[in-house]
Amino acid sequence: MTAVTSAPVPVAGAARPTRRRAPTAAGVRRRAVRFALGVVGISAAAVWAFPVYWMVMSAFTPAARLRSATPSSLPTSPTMHSFTAVIGGSSSPAALRMSLAVTLVTVLAVLAFAFLAALAVSRYRFSGRRSFILAVLFIQMLPAEGLFIAQYKMLSSVGLLNSVIGVSVLYTATIVPFTVWMLRGFVAGVPVELEEAAMVDGLSRSKAFLRITLPLLAPGLVASGVYAFLQAWNEFTVALVTLPAESAQTLSLWLRSFLAASANRGVDWSQVMAASALLAVPVIVFFLIVQNRMASGLVSGAVKG
Amino acid sequence: MSSTATRRPPPTATRASTQVREQPAVRARRPTPYLLLLPAVAILLLGLGYPVYWQIVTSLQEYGLAQQFGQPPTFVGLENYARIFTADSLWTVVVRSIVFCLVNAFVTVALGLGFALLMRAVGRTVRITIQVSLLLAWAMPMVAAVTVWKWLFGWRTGVINWLLVRLGFDGFAGHNWLAQPLSFFFVATVIIVWMSVPFVALSVFAGLTQVPDEVLEAARLDGANGRQMLRHILLPMVRPVLSIVLLLQIIWDLRVFAQIRLLQDSGAPVSETNLLGNFIFELGIGRQDFAGAAAVSIFVLLLTIALSWPYVRSLMKEQA
Repeated sequence: MTAVTSAPVPVAGAARPTRRRAPTAAGVRRRAVRFALGVVGISAAAVWAFPVYWMVMSAFTPAARLRSATPSSLPTSPTMHSFTAVIGGSSSPAALRMSLAVTLVTVLAVLAFAFLAALAVSRYRFSGRRSFILAVLFIQMLPAEGLFIAQYKMLSSVGLLNSVIGVSVLYTATIVPFTVWMLRGFVAGVPVELEEAAMVDGLSRSKAFLRITLPLLAPGLVASGVYAFLQAWNEFTVALVTLPAESAQTLSLWLRSFLAASANRGVDWSQVMAASALLAVPVIVFFLIVQNRMASGLVSGAVKG
Repeated sequence: MSSTATRRPPPTATRASTQVREQPAVRARRPTPYLLLLPAVAILLLGLGYPVYWQIVTSLQEYGLAQQFGQPPTFVGLENYARIFTADSLWTVVVRSIVFCLVNAFVTVALGLGFALLMRAVGRTVRITIQVSLLLAWAMPMVAAVTVWKWLFGWRTGVINWLLVRLGFDGFAGHNWLAQPLSFFFVATVIIVWMSVPFVALSVFAGLTQVPDEVLEAARLDGANGRQMLRHILLPMVRPVLSIVLLLQIIWDLRVFAQIRLLQDSGAPVSETNLLGNFIFELGIGRQDFAGAAAVSIFVLLLTIALSWPYVRSLMKEQA
């Protein structure tokens, strides 16, 4: 191959003299392809982001304008009216409280249980360790749809339907397996020697753990906590089954019945979108914090081959 | 619990660091690791173990209305399985679920691969734009996403109908997408693919970045064109990631329940749009046939475990 076609690719470290040359046919074509790919990329990105954009835009648009025959793509005369109407609605504070309670209990329980289990599997060798990890990996794959009938019967038989504690137990059990798997990597990443060195320097074991190991594990705990938050906050299926009462709705269930209630008198899409945005925005923020960790956790084995 | 001395190395030992890495701790017969596992195991047994046990037992019993009112259930062996699995209604749902699952999984992985290759081919600015929009879609809570899509596909003021009419398809004015099973599943597929592509795209892209530039450069110097490099270098090197995400996608798409349930709220024909999860829900919660629902649930769980096997094995390999 002549140097002409390969020239546009910069070769790192090569002692090739860089000359400006007249644009060749191949160079022009390559630039055209690159430009076309850029256009395709931007359009694909726009298509994928459009629903999110449309949600936010509609939430700020007066309902009357949304009913017009021609949708407008920019928020003309934006208003906070839908947000205030949704937040001031009678059912939303209760749903928000319920979601916060369930999420908080779940996150704390998941962190405590998963952290201890992760310590056990990454710092100790013991018989049954392999089976535990195997079980954790399988359990993590089990679908809620294959269990919710039994979970419903279990909670109803002990009178825990519509309760924070009942649904939190189920959430914790569902989320713990993946969190153990995630934290295991973080714990294994902190060398035992660090802790031992601190103990040689005179710290007690618990102090060494608190001052040396725990701070190093903080990123892992934050990532796991956010993961648990997202799962509990977004969950719909188990909540639908175990929280049948309207007074015990989480935000996901509330959004569904908000739409259903609105449908009876001609859907106020502006308010429905404002409600969706209120559910989604905390999630999007937290999600951006941990997405790296989640993606790499799920396929880490595969990427390395 | 005397955990103070459990892992302290023998004072005389001068260990090479490699040895430490392979053996992170003493092979202890002490109770510490078991105590650490206790809370996690307890919650798993309570939240998942007992329900599985209950389902196995219930699926082998007569559990009708009489039992609802306190009569002790009678053991009927595999009668519930026979009853459910000889009914046409279940097999219709099973076939529908499998077709739906495979279509969704393959479309998702194909589009995800496309996005990943695109991200590799374009410049930094475009790539970051794509990544941000993928993350936005990935981060959307499922219920919010379905709600937004319901509006986009809305029959009266939905953007999609409006756009189609503008493009000259006048038949779509006031078209109700959710009324017919086929177009209902088309909408469901659009939503699920939209939600799932980001995970596939970003995972495969991460795999693609592991392909060393030198290899591609060498291929280019040897005269390979773009398509050849794709077929003989890029695709083989991301094959492990591709097969894992395809498998995960199949497992996840087989359990689709909530999206269907939410879409059915808009007056779709329920019995013609049910997937496996919805079938169980209707059988158990709707018709109070707990024995039948338990039998189908066990079937779903076994199917999931069988499908998960290769995935779990690949994760265990890494764990060593």
